[in-house]
Amino acid sequence: MAKGPKKLDWLRGYASIYMVFLYAPVILLPIFAFNNSTVIAFPLKGFTTEWFSSLMDNSALHDALGNSMIVAVSTAMISTLLGAFAARAGVRYRFPAKRGIMGLILLPLVLPEIIIAVSLLVLLMRLGMSLSLWTVIAGHVLVCVPFSIAVLNSAFAGLDQSLEEASFDLGETSWGTFKRVTFPLILPGVISSLLITFTISLDEFIIAFFLTGTDVTLPVYIWSQLRFPAKLPGVMALGTLLLLLSITLLIVAEFFRRRSAQRRGLDASTTEGLI
Amino acid sequence: MKLNSEGRKGLFLISPTFAYALLLLAAPLILVIMFSFWTQDYLDLDTTPTLANYKEAWTDPLYRELMFRSLRISIMVTLVTVISAFPVAYYVSFRVKERKALWLFLITAPFWTSYLLRVFLWKVILGYNGVFNSALLWAGIIDEPLQFILYNVNAVVITLAHAWAPFAILPIFVALEKIDRSLLEAAEDLGDGPVRRFFRVTLPLAIPGVMAATLIVLIPTVGDFITPKLVGGTEGLMISNMIQVQFGKANNAPLGAALAVSSMFIVGGLSLLIFLGSRRVGRVAGE
Repeated sequence: MAKGPKKLDWLRGYASIYMVFLYAPVILLPIFAFNNSTVIAFPLKGFTTEWFSSLMDNSALHDALGNSMIVAVSTAMISTLLGAFAARAGVRYRFPAKRGIMGLILLPLVLPEIIIAVSLLVLLMRLGMSLSLWTVIAGHVLVCVPFSIAVLNSAFAGLDQSLEEASFDLGETSWGTFKRVTFPLILPGVISSLLITFTISLDEFIIAFFLTGTDVTLPVYIWSQLRFPAKLPGVMALGTLLLLLSITLLIVAEFFRRRSAQRRGLDASTTEGLI
Repeated sequence: MKLNSEGRKGLFLISPTFAYALLLLAAPLILVIMFSFWTQDYLDLDTTPTLANYKEAWTDPLYRELMFRSLRISIMVTLVTVISAFPVAYYVSFRVKERKALWLFLITAPFWTSYLLRVFLWKVILGYNGVFNSALLWAGIIDEPLQFILYNVNAVVITLAHAWAPFAILPIFVALEKIDRSLLEAAEDLGDGPVRRFFRVTLPLAIPGVMAATLIVLIPTVGDFITPKLVGGTEGLMISNMIQVQFGKANNAPLGAALAVSSMFIVGGLSLLIFLGSRRVGRVAGE
């Protein structure tokens, strides 16, 4: 469109400035992680990797990391499994109260996390259960299932039903059909869902803050460190490593999501499925 | 009701996920509502229903102030986020031709980094010796550091507008993508200039996306307590900070529950108003 180059420049300029705004905090993270000063402020002093090596012998951090791994891996597996049931049912079948049931399952998307956290806390208090990593997992699964459904919906929607029917006609059982036909076809979607839910759980703070017992997760540990100025450079280094991990996982997830889109011969550049 | 085999299969398949949501989402939410009618008596819970918590939540000047402030801040955040996000969504949808997926990835990527650290880094940027002030001082624009940008409402608005940016951009982008481009050509052929065309065709058709973005940003921001605590100072504290205190140090879960239910009620009502209002606007503009 030759709609006057001036307007095009204005919009593009705005979008560029907006991207700077979006990335401003993210770019500062590695800068301060390598800065040779205990104060998180400009001007920068010098280059150091001291903060990264200080992470190596911090046992509280290692415990928190271990806890977060347990929580994130369990959350990813449980929510992907529950998400798969719901996505399959939603895509394939019509059943009574479908909108209501799906609405309840997807509700955490629009519910403030503090409400989810507080209501689960109240339930646990009433039941007299003590807080542990399992209570954190229970809360994380609630918020992760809707994301898993979003990713898996497109995987199941692209599944050609006639392939499954062919498998039945050739004498396969339901389980055999699932194992040899359905599952391989939706595998990229499953991997993508596992990675996305893992990443959400790893970073989730509010629910973990309310539902964690004596074993803290990584974000809760970071929160406790933010009060001590001396610990901040170490937190910056830790944040940098987490940033690298998240970006890597997301690129892998995006790769699998596109592969699953390509299997259905769709344009891989559409946003369908991702958020 | 008679169930056919398809209905049965569907219900059977969704039952594990549905059961999970019933047990760990619906039941706890109902319990919170019940809690809000009970009273805390030191370590014991008095389960005689009473409206005392609601009375306190709605009449105590402190809680009322926090409630209204939360609402005001959330509305400000929503306006700033949606209005600043719209041109970006428009740019990606209408001007970017080949690299849309890359742009969307770049827009969502910062959202996947630790939320806590992103908020904390805004404190670093906006602080007295922060990045922003240092840059302005260095450039000679100001003589001494600006103090009105950290530990107040402005800081909360900037930080939350940043945190929710992708959630505003994506729904608007999706709505803009759905617009049939031939409608725009038709408007042009019928003599509409770019500005008229934008307000008479593009914007009304983008209303569903704008509405989704508004609700997606508005509802969770009322519930945030990290941002107010880290960058808000005392005048930037919000209702969620008080809910957290009631469930924690103050050990008055029923009052906390009443505050939580009240704020959800207000946000729910506001969301409904926005939803109905935008449908009206969409209809009127579409005629």
